[in-house]
Amino acid sequence: MIQLPLVQVLSLAGLLFVMGLIGLLVRRNALFMLISVEVMLNAAGLAFVAAGSRWQQADGQVMFLFILTVAAAEVAVGLALVLGLHRQLKTLDTDAADSLGG
Amino acid sequence: MLSTLWLIPALPLAGFVLLALFGRRLGHAGTTAVGVGSVGLAAAVALAAALAFILSPPSGWSHTLVLWRWFTVNGLQPDIALFYDPLAVVMTLVVTGVGFLIHVFSTGYMADDDGYSRYFAYMNLFVAMMLLLVLGRSLLLLYLGWEGVGLCSYLLIGFWYRDLANGRAARKAFIVTRVGDTALTIGLFLIFLNLGTLDIPALVGLATQQWAAGTGLAIGVAALLLGGAVGKSAQLPLQTWLPDAMAGPTPVSALIHAATMVTAGVYLIARLHGLFLLAPPVMTAVAIVGAATLLLAGFSAITQRDIKRVLAYSTISQIGYMFLALGVGAWSAAVFHLMTHAFFKSLLFLGAGAIMVCCHEERDLFRLGGLRTRLPVVFWTFLVASAALSGFPLVSAGFYSKGLILSSAFASTNPLAFWLWLAGLIGVLLTAIYTFRMVFLAFYGPGETEVEHRPGANLTVPLVILAVLACGGGFVETPFFVGGIHVFGDFLRHVLPAPAETHLADGTEAALEGLASAIVLLGIFVAWWWVLRGRRTKPSPITPLVGERVHAFWFGDWGLDTLYETLLVHPWATLAQVGRGDVVDLWPRAVAWTARALSLGLRKTQTGRVRWYAGGLAVGAAVALGVVLWL
Repeated sequence: MIQLPLVQVLSLAGLLFVMGLIGLLVRRNALFMLISVEVMLNAAGLAFVAAGSRWQQADGQVMFLFILTVAAAEVAVGLALVLGLHRQLKTLDTDAADSLGG
Repeated sequence: MLSTLWLIPALPLAGFVLLALFGRRLGHAGTTAVGVGSVGLAAAVALAAALAFILSPPSGWSHTLVLWRWFTVNGLQPDIALFYDPLAVVMTLVVTGVGFLIHVFSTGYMADDDGYSRYFAYMNLFVAMMLLLVLGRSLLLLYLGWEGVGLCSYLLIGFWYRDLANGRAARKAFIVTRVGDTALTIGLFLIFLNLGTLDIPALVGLATQQWAAGTGLAIGVAALLLGGAVGKSAQLPLQTWLPDAMAGPTPVSALIHAATMVTAGVYLIARLHGLFLLAPPVMTAVAIVGAATLLLAGFSAITQRDIKRVLAYSTISQIGYMFLALGVGAWSAAVFHLMTHAFFKSLLFLGAGAIMVCCHEERDLFRLGGLRTRLPVVFWTFLVASAALSGFPLVSAGFYSKGLILSSAFASTNPLAFWLWLAGLIGVLLTAIYTFRMVFLAFYGPGETEVEHRPGANLTVPLVILAVLACGGGFVETPFFVGGIHVFGDFLRHVLPAPAETHLADGTEAALEGLASAIVLLGIFVAWWWVLRGRRTKPSPITPLVGERVHAFWFGDWGLDTLYETLLVHPWATLAQVGRGDVVDLWPRAVAWTARALSLGLRKTQTGRVRWYAGGLAVGAAVALGVVLWL
């Protein structure tokens, strides 16, 4: 089994997280924003798995399973919101839904 | 039966709560049922209670019903307790009986008004508060009712609040009576401070034991109570609010500003007569205030053009008679006049209201005329009430009550007795002139007034019942030559002592009554001669005698309004205007300005865009992480 150095894995996780964040902030389409959130969640999961392997603990993988569950729930709610948004405004542009602005 | 006493004020109060909460949902018929029904039931209970009281009088001629203890503060433990004695019997009967008739009349008068349920809610609250005032055993409960009726008076004068003038009139009534109320409050404080109780029978008993007659404390307390009474009962010098109070709906004027609330001052003095007997100078002051007021208001009434203002000044004048009677110690005569006045004055107001309903809201006497044949029911009932007001001999209630006051004043041991009696006698002449000037102007003469529609049964039935009372209500207390009935006086004798007068010889009494009757007839003749013999060249029969300037002076209430305006209102308004932009205000204004600026800044961050918020979260997380890692 090849032992990857922790730094490399964490760098990958960080890179994925930042990419997801940039995608979230840059994309206006609600679907792409959801995908970006998924990327960020998985980056966090990767970091947990790497940490678990570094300290030889099962907690990291338990945490990843937990994140998967949260992600599933998040997507369910997110897709419902996307549907609602489409039905209400006939668009997926989240910037159009700003009627709560001060 | 007396254990159900609490129902008398509780029923109208329940009516008010129902109307205030569900007024709109009840609809027109429901509002009528609740508004009129609650007062009607209260009148029925009051009648039953009065019968039970008269048929089997409780020991000591009074019944106390303690409901619960109000509160306990530092030795002050007022109970919510009702006190039912002959004076309260008379007052509750007048308030509920006349109140019920006026409520019935209102169903016709206010039928098309948008605020129908609001009107009845206020009226029910008023009746409840007035009943608390006359039934309260503690001065504190009396004070609650006192302020409650003041509030209802304010609400009902300003009932048509969309017209600014009505709001002004309401405010004026509230503020002017408040001057008197302040005196009353200080009087209450003084009583509690010195006697340690506000329970009326207890405090009167204690005062007669502890205070010698004529001591400074007794005089001070009585004078302060008189101040309260003067404000509420519209006597000199606080009478200016009453003529303006005519801005309210006419049945309100009948109930509040003629029959019941304005007599609260008379009731207060009669109820606390034990205190006033300890202060002879204040008694004299009461009599002088009464005599002066009845003359001043009488002269003003002769000059008015507006039928409601004539009636308003006449009310002030008649309450002056009651004060005159109180001042010479003729307590039951004052209450007698209070009762008959409630009958005939509410009838006069309702008659004026009926005229306004039928004749395009016309109130100017000089544009009315010839209504005798067009509104016969209104005419005959109005005539009966006018006869009672002027004290037409033998057949009217006013003759007996006013006659009793005049003979009591004449027989009084007060050194001013003769002058007080003379003032009363001149007042009789004035009353007869202004009353029949009004009758002749409105109902006789060339008929120009167009009658829109005839009054319905709910307008005329109360008029007829009140006319019967205005006629027959006097036969409970008559002089010797009309049977010598003394039912009323004997009934009240258990709470109000007989006046300390030397009894008049029969011949003197007959001569006095005869003189008063002759003066009434003279007054009616003057009014007839002036209106119907074509001498209407001047606006009033006395104008040629005194000249236009005096006429204008009297028309404007002896310049009192102008005096108060320049002396009090104007300087105060100027002061308030100056004080508007002072330095002290800068500090609270700076606080407000800072808060607004901050809110404007923070509002910009709430764009409503979800990506903006996500960015905010990311930055926040980064900052939090940085703080944890490097600080």
